Order: sequence, then structure tokens, then C-alpha cells
Amino acid sequence: MTELTLAKAVNSGLRRALADDDRVVLLGEDIGRLGGVFRVTDGLQRDFGTDRVMDMPLAESGIIGMAIGLAYRGFRPVCEIQFDGFIYPAFDQIVAQVAKLHYRTRGAVRMPITIRVPFGGGIGAVEHHSESPEAYFAHTAGLRVVTCSTPQDAHTMIRQAIACDDPVLFFEPKRRYWTKGEVDDGATFPFDKARVVLEGTDVTIVAYGPLVATAIDAAIAASDDGVSIEVIDLRSLSPLDLETVEASVRKTGRLVITHEAAQFGGLGAEIAASITDRCFLHLEAAPVRVTGFDTPYPSARAEEHFLPDLDRILDGVDRALGRASSHSAALLEGAR
Amino acid sequence: MRTTVSTEHAVSDERLEAELPAPPDALVQLLDPQGRRQSDPLYDPFVSDVSDDDLAALYEDMVVVRRIDVEATALQRQGQLGLWPPLLGQEAAQVGSARALRADDFVFSSYRENAVAYCRCVALPAIVEVWRGTAQSGWNPYDVNMATPQIVIGAQTLHAVGYAVGCRHDGVDTATVTYFGDGATTQGDVNEAMVFAASFGAPVVFFCQNNQWAISEPVGLQAQRPIAERAPGFGIPSIRVDGNDVLAVLAATRRALERAHRGDGPTFIEAVTYRMGPHTTSDDPSRYVDPVQKAEWAAKDPITRVEAYLRERGVLTEARAASVAAKADEVAAEFRAGCLALPNPAPLSVFEHVYAEPHAGLERQRAQQEAYLRSIGELEGGAE
Repeated sequence: MTELTLAKAVNSGLRRALADDDRVVLLGEDIGRLGGVFRVTDGLQRDFGTDRVMDMPLAESGIIGMAIGLAYRGFRPVCEIQFDGFIYPAFDQIVAQVAKLHYRTRGAVRMPITIRVPFGGGIGAVEHHSESPEAYFAHTAGLRVVTCSTPQDAHTMIRQAIACDDPVLFFEPKRRYWTKGEVDDGATFPFDKARVVLEGTDVTIVAYGPLVATAIDAAIAASDDGVSIEVIDLRSLSPLDLETVEASVRKTGRLVITHEAAQFGGLGAEIAASITDRCFLHLEAAPVRVTGFDTPYPSARAEEHFLPDLDRILDGVDRALGRASSHSAALLEGAR
Repeated sequence: MRTTVSTEHAVSDERLEAELPAPPDALVQLLDPQGRRQSDPLYDPFVSDVSDDDLAALYEDMVVVRRIDVEATALQRQGQLGLWPPLLGQEAAQVGSARALRADDFVFSSYRENAVAYCRCVALPAIVEVWRGTAQSGWNPYDVNMATPQIVIGAQTLHAVGYAVGCRHDGVDTATVTYFGDGATTQGDVNEAMVFAASFGAPVVFFCQNNQWAISEPVGLQAQRPIAERAPGFGIPSIRVDGNDVLAVLAATRRALERAHRGDGPTFIEAVTYRMGPHTTSDDPSRYVDPVQKAEWAAKDPITRVEAYLRERGVLTEARAASVAAKADEVAAEFRAGCLALPNPAPLSVFEHVYAEPHAGLERQRAQQEAYLRSIGELEGGAE
């Protein structure tokens, strides 16, 4: 066991993958000498050479398109998209090519490509550096979408993503890059199973990536108030581990889903619909979503007004419990 | 805001335009439209081994692929194909380049390269499967070293660069060839592919068939200058070849492949040709094609000139021409029969091969659909 930051944990996972399999190659902008803008690939080009860790010309579509050709040739490319907001130039290559090639060729061509994306807000960045585009990819057949919330998960899951024969979008919660935690190199767990982070009996909070830590904070705060909250870290967004969420909701009867991404058409909607379908009669209240708004990501000094925080999650918990909340206040306002 | 332009600036702008070099007329040509052999000291050596019989074989390929094209169009008109993209007029560009390839060279093409697929020995029904709609692709790319047709314009050029870089990592001298059209040269992906190929010295041949049309848009909307001129700006040497001259295309492609096999990096070929048919069977070129221009290109037909040359040489006798035509009819009949015999996909096949490893969400959905199909009696016995 070693204590690592989440960024270092991804780095050590990449290092292990490069050492274990000589078909693993890293592609990205500034990932070589600089070690990536977040230093996630620090030292890897020095130790594995420029053929294994390749600095790419500045074109995201080019990076993913080239990774496809390498995968055709039997390599396992790991691409870094420098920031969430820069993935869109590669959208066609990811959605129309990477996702579909195995299907198109009836299984003849595999696309074991990992696409690493630092995502989410909370670091006071300029436009295009704080986005949460995961739903676009979770909506796309042929892709797997995962996100880590702890250094241990970051280390283990990046290795699982690279070993997977399917393409994986690997979302890294950039505001948690500096979070420290113990990392066991040999730890294993199923790649597509959610983790019950905290057990509780009154309300289930489903979170992933950067908001898992916020959900834990909310659970601790609620416990002071006598409310017992179960926190689930989804880890995998496609596929979704609905069984774990269902088991929890059958116990608590109340569900709050939180993510930074906009609400409309997001993961929260999918989970709410699926869980309602699976355990309608066990629900004591309608599922509640606490999410980013259906607006563009705002400027740095306004992001606190956009991001779900501890208080907004607790407000969602109150709503799930049928207590006085912002929603009941608005209803009263309307009735007046 | 500046509202006036000084005379001084206007003069220097004129000078800048004058500094544009005149577009070169040079077009590699070894057989002119009348079938007369043109000598070219640079390219002759690349085809010095091509005998009259070899040329007759290229002639046969072109006659056969044109015949397949006619058959496919007929099948579409008879409701047996959803769509077909004819290659009429582009036989020399495709056959000449494809016949230059080594077996281990790998092809990433667009959707019109049916003659390339034929030359790569793709099974006839496999060529037509996509267009009949029984699958999204017809063959295993590794069986023939050719990826299945790419429909997104230009996307495959990047795949070629990645494959080529992979070959170099593997220490093999395999070349990768990517086919695309004049319209594709406007796409970001094609331009990115050229930057990436140049930066990594990738053993790639960019083979652009400039057939003058992107559906209804003339090449002038994509390029104000010969397309081959763009490549040097990326640091890639280029060749502009008469795309209707199968011998010249063979020579140019061999030259580019030789560079790739030797490890000298990418080459760009612009094969200047003409799409004599519609974009696809859904298109109506009478709305935009100038009949005079089309007639001019008809006089430069790729098959006629080889025929004239071979007749003049006494190689193509009436009997031989008849046997080539008979073979083309045979292939067309086999193509038609193969097409009609393609089975329709089974209901649950839509769930197959989405992922290489089990995906819980999709498996749930598949199970639900299977239960539904059983409930309405659409599935008997096994799941398929």
C-alpha cells in the first residue's frame, strides 16, 4: 500500500499497463516531455520511449483516428484528451468509428482503445475546461464509460480499461486529482460494478466521479440530523450497475442522484427511469435529481452557483424525505 | 475601424497574388486517350516489366468491374439493393492502383472502391452485402488486408496513418494505402491525416481520386488549385497522374509504394478522372452535370484506350475480346446469384458484436426482446 494522489494513481496504473503489455501505447498532446498538463503521464516517455508515449500534433480527431489505425494493427492505444471541452473535435471518430467498428465488422476488428478525459468543474477554469460530457458517450452503443473517484479506483480502473477489449471512455475527476489515498497495486474488483461507499437506511444517494466525495460529506452532515444515508459510487456509467442501486433503493425507498452534468437527458434521468421501473412499489417518493443546470458551464467565479454542493444535495435529501425543501417552498410560493 | 485602404497596400496585395506560382500542367500519362504509348523517362522504369499480357489482364479487370457496376445498378433498379455507388469512369484509377499493391499492404478505402475490393479478391457477395443491407460490412479486413468501406468522408485517412505507424513500430515494411475523393480533401480529418503522416514519416500512400464531383458540387468548390499541390505544403511529395490511364496509375502507385516500403514516408497521388455516372443510384446528375464536359471525358475513357493499344499491338484479337466479355458476364452472373442468396439477418442478430465483452445493459435489453419475440411467436426453438 502506498499513499498517492489520484493523478499519481492514474500514472502508476499507466506505468504498470505499459510495463505489462508492450502493445500498450500512449497518445496525447503534451504527454511526453511535459508529462501532461496535469502531470498524469509524468516520466512515462522518459522510461518507455517516444514510440510508446507519443506526443501528438494538435488535433483531437487525428489522435483518435490514429488510435483506430493502431488498434486495427493490434495495439492497445491509450489516448489523452487534454480537457473535457476539447473532446468534441474527436466526436465523429469516437461515436461513428471507435464505437461501431467491432459491430460493423461483425467482431473481426477490435477497438481496445482507452480515452482518458479529465472532466468536471470546480477548479476555476476558463471556458471549455470544466465540462461533463459523459452522457453523450453513455448514449452511444459500443462504448463503455467509467469514472473513478478515489486513487485506488483510478489505479485499478485505468488498468482494467486498458485490458478491456472494448473502447472505454475513462473520465478522471480533475478537481480530485490532488486527493490522496492508499493504493494497493494488487487490488481487484469487477470493472462494471458500483461500490457502496457508505451504508445507510433512509435515503440512497447515487453519485460518480467528483461528486462522490461531496455525497459522502452530505451523508455525514445528514447523520448529525439523524438521517442515515447510503452512498453509491457508480464507477461505471455504461453499463450501469442497476442491481446495486436497486438493492439499495429497495431498502431505503428513497433515491437522490447527483451529477455535475446538465440534468436534461443525463445519467440521472436514465437511473431514475430504470429504478422506477424496477422497484416502483418500493419507492416512498419520486427519485430526485441534483445536477448541474441546463445551461452552459458558467464562468469561474459563477461555478459555485452551478455545481451541486453539499447543501443542494441535502436539499435533495429533504425532498426525497418529503421534508420542507426548496421545492416545497416553491410550491407554497405558487399556491399563495 | 479603418475605412480607407492606402494605395501602397493595394499595390502590395496585387504583388502577392502575382507571387502565386502558375499551376503546373504536368500530368503523368503513359497511354494517351487514343491508346498511343507516351514515353516518360521517370515513370517508364516503374512499368518496364509490364508485358502486353499483363496489360491485357488489367484490361480484363477493368471490363469486369465495369460489368459488375452495370449488374449492381440493375440489381438496385430491381429492388435487390438499397443503394449502389457506381465507379463508371474510374476503373483505371482503381485497378491500376490496386494492382500495384503487395498482398501485405493494407487498404483503407471509401465506399466507391469496389474495383479495389475486387482486385483484393474480396468475395463477390461480400462486395454487395453492405448495399443489399444484410450487414454493415461484407468481409473480414484481415482476410484481404483491406478495411471495409468507410462512409464518413475522409475518416479512413487517419486510420491509415495509425495503421502505418503501427507497421513501423512492428518493424515491417508494409505500406498502407488510403483512398478518398476530391470532396474529402476539404475534410479536417484528411488534412489532419497529412500532418500526422508527415510528422511521423508514416509509410502511407494518400490516393485521391479526383473524379470532379462531390455529389453535385464541382471540384472547384473544394479546391482552387490542383489538389496534388496541397501535399507539398504538408511536407508530402505528390504526383498528379492521368487517372484514366491504367498504366500511368500503376507506375505512379508503384513509385509511391516503393517509397513507403523503403521507409521514406508518405506520398500523395491525385488521380485525375471523371465520375461518368451518378454519385449513387439515388442521385440525378442531369440536374447539374454539363453534357459537353461529360462528352469530353467520355472521349478519354479508361478502357477504350487500352483496347486501342492492345488491338494495335495485335494482342487483343476478336476472340480474346469476346472471351473477356464472356468472363465479365460470368462474374456478373455470379455476383447477382451471390447477392440474391444473401440471407436476411435474424431478429436478434442486431444485438451481436456491439461489444467484445459482455455488457450488462445490452444483455438485459436483448433478453427482453427475446422474450417479446417468443411471446408473439416470432422465435422458434433457439434464440436465433
